[in-house]
Amino acid sequence: MRNLQLSFNQTQKVRLEKALERLESLSSKSNPNSCVTVGDTIPVYEDGILKGHGTSDQKGELAATVCGVVERINKLIYVRALRARYKPETGDIVIGRVIEVVPKRWKLEINFTQDAILMLSSMNLPDGIQRRRTAVDELNMRSIFTENDLVCAEVRSSQGDGSLQLQARNQKYGKLERGQLLTVDPYLVKRRKQHFHHLEEYGIDLIIGCNGYIWIGEHVEARDKMVVDQGSNSEQLIAECDKNSMDLDEQDGTCTPREARQNICRIANAIRVLSRLGFNITVEVILETVNLSNSLNLDIHDMLGSEFYVLVAESEAERRSLSKRKR
Amino acid sequence: MANFSTGDRMRKPKGDRRSTEISLVIRQTMEACILTHLMPRSQIDIFVQVLQADGGTRSACINAATLALQDAGIPMRDIVTSCSAGYLNSTPLLDLNYVEDSAGGPDVTVGILPTLDKVTLLQMDAKLPTNTFEDVMQLAIEGCKAVANYIREVLLENTKQLECRRGL
Repeated sequence: MRNLQLSFNQTQKVRLEKALERLESLSSKSNPNSCVTVGDTIPVYEDGILKGHGTSDQKGELAATVCGVVERINKLIYVRALRARYKPETGDIVIGRVIEVVPKRWKLEINFTQDAILMLSSMNLPDGIQRRRTAVDELNMRSIFTENDLVCAEVRSSQGDGSLQLQARNQKYGKLERGQLLTVDPYLVKRRKQHFHHLEEYGIDLIIGCNGYIWIGEHVEARDKMVVDQGSNSEQLIAECDKNSMDLDEQDGTCTPREARQNICRIANAIRVLSRLGFNITVEVILETVNLSNSLNLDIHDMLGSEFYVLVAESEAERRSLSKRKR
Repeated sequence: MANFSTGDRMRKPKGDRRSTEISLVIRQTMEACILTHLMPRSQIDIFVQVLQADGGTRSACINAATLALQDAGIPMRDIVTSCSAGYLNSTPLLDLNYVEDSAGGPDVTVGILPTLDKVTLLQMDAKLPTNTFEDVMQLAIEGCKAVANYIREVLLENTKQLECRRGL
């Protein structure tokens, strides 16, 4: 539990402790993980093992170089560090922010040790035609993405020197607008088959990037062309709407409706609470938390208070013990 | 170093010789044990702010940097711990505070890699005869090992907690 600035009263503390203890007892029964710190020797039970990440050979024995959990898969032994930077794998969906526009490519920041590169040729052109990129395309790069834009892309490959190449050749990838970006630790996001979620009942798009960046935005239909917008986040759009119309509830074509904005904030707060508690972030857990807050009729800002915190911890402990009993 | 960290309020915390020296010392100590070849073309910034300087500032900064680097998952050869020791009134003293330090006796700061038993930092700021120096250095190394045990426990506890909290 990092950056905990909530003040709990006595009963809340007791309830929180109980919930956390329950979680601990559940996990210790299910997986006797061997956690190591740096320099610890890793017990090796067989010959011919492969030394993976996070290990090194010292005086003939295998020692850990990071603090983490030892994973053994067949003959591969590696140490998985927990709060490290994002570790990319081909095919991961990531969300990045454009830092630089350089000839023929964009440089994105994705919570990795280096900046990722999105080549102009790995990007669908606005008119959708597949053709060779000309010099005119290069000059118009800034009209597609400019600095500080949010882009959703897929990891294409990692080069020899460690840098990362992305691609955005699909309809689902591209510039993200009208929503909120949240940062969580990458280890809380598991690799699943689906990272794009469309929550119908709220009308919200949820993209859980493997690098720990989570995008919550108003639902956009399949993008046929790149819509170049002046404002690239909902706050700017709201400011524009305020200038245009006195009445906030008036639904303008370019304005995000108030309902959608409230839903976005609710989901964002749910994710914030989950990440502060250190629980895995999946769609099911997020939806459960949002339903919990709705059923209690909590105001959106109350979701970041101590009472909801304790409730989420308790409900998570409940959920995990239930799923364990089913197994 | 924060303005309020020393007895007399410091006027300009950045750029004075002591801070620059401590920064250099931390950098050299860490460079020796971080496996930099695993992170090509990247830069690691370590920011330390001293809130209360009461002797042993250098050692505290190095221990804090070790913890932070481990928490961030940066691969290192081993943790680096550091401790200072001195020699006053014919007795070796471990972990001098400000008053003992300003008494004018020698102050030996040692930084080691505990499991590998290697010294990465050794500084002294007065004269000592060789045999006394060996005693004082030995004492400092023992202090480092005690700190290392504690740091290891804390890191292990933290890892276990994060892992079980995260669930499956």
